[in-house]
Amino acid sequence: MNSFGYEIWLAMVTCFAAVFTQNILLTTFLGMCPFTSVSREVKTAAGLGGAVVFVMTCTTAINYWAYKLLIYLDLEFFRFILFIIIIAAFVQFVEMVIDRYSPKLYQSLGIFLPLITVNCAILGASLFMVIREYHFIQTIGYGFGAGLGWMLAILAMAGIRTRLNESRVPEGLRGPGITLIIAGLMALAFIGFTGVLS
Amino acid sequence: MTQLAPDKEIVINGLWKDNPIFRQVLGICSTLAVTNVVLNTAVMCTSLTLVTAASCLTVSLLRHWTPRNIRMMVQTLIIAFYVIIVDLILKAYWPEMSNQLGPYVGLIITNCIIMGRCEAFAGSNPPVSSFWDGLFSGLGYSLILLGISVMRELLGMGTVLGFAMPYFSNPDYWDKWIIMVMPPGAFFALACMIWLCRSIKPKEVKK
Repeated sequence: MNSFGYEIWLAMVTCFAAVFTQNILLTTFLGMCPFTSVSREVKTAAGLGGAVVFVMTCTTAINYWAYKLLIYLDLEFFRFILFIIIIAAFVQFVEMVIDRYSPKLYQSLGIFLPLITVNCAILGASLFMVIREYHFIQTIGYGFGAGLGWMLAILAMAGIRTRLNESRVPEGLRGPGITLIIAGLMALAFIGFTGVLS
Repeated sequence: MTQLAPDKEIVINGLWKDNPIFRQVLGICSTLAVTNVVLNTAVMCTSLTLVTAASCLTVSLLRHWTPRNIRMMVQTLIIAFYVIIVDLILKAYWPEMSNQLGPYVGLIITNCIIMGRCEAFAGSNPPVSSFWDGLFSGLGYSLILLGISVMRELLGMGTVLGFAMPYFSNPDYWDKWIIMVMPPGAFFALACMIWLCRSIKPKEVKK
């Protein structure tokens, strides 16, 4: 197997792992805030999920090179600020581009974009990418997979919550409480994937 | 006249009435993951509380000079500045802990509580009370998370802060709930905590 093919293979494995065995939401708890507040309807959850997949893939790729530059300059401790700025700038840029060229897409996706800047999952993905020392192609696979995993989780949650409206939940557990219990059960189900990659 | 002691109302609001976790369910992302061991949680919560208090103070000091439309960016930079300090201190004096916490120290930046307090309180209040507000919000948050971590470590490993507990560490009496140390345990523990706190609340109102 040549080295490029191997890189691609690694990226695919990383992507699969990020979706299932190391789901960014269910095993590392990142992106909980929008997860509990925006998961009431399937449609909005899908919109936000799509935006997260897109932004996460692009920002981890950009941040990969930004971090390389920081290492070169010997300024690694500066990475938090740089990552945050890149994410915020990227989101703003995408928002403007979408607004200009595709108002229709802007209406369905645009309102979610500002929310994403403060989504810890996006920054978390970049930080994990640094700590786990991924290569570039692997980074893209990871960013995409992590976003996809997050989307999967929020979609499933939104689907369950629409059913939940008809069930009787104990007083104190209503709202966030029951959401967390369901998330726990989902995390339990996802543990089942752990043995798939070894 | 500026008073230096914290207002009673701020203390109660931060610790209980407006408790970030079970009232607003904010900012659990960056800290929930490290609640499987009490020590890690304690370090994480201390850093978070310090960062919250310091950034509330700074945001409040700068509130007259910050243009309204870029205040989010300014706040983020202030928070990031303090987080970097905490991260560097941990790396320098306690490298093992820094390794264990991994990316979560950096993730304090995106913790919604800090941003929320800066935006809701520090932006329009004098520095001293903002500082106390940040401090007690952070403490209220730490209280719940420490509760969760004690619950998880005790049930999952039979220890608290690494010390074996009399009943729970004895395999004859207690089967360790491994699930509590794994990610789903954190969700269940937090849900139970929210349930508990929300159930206590209405009784107080009736009094």
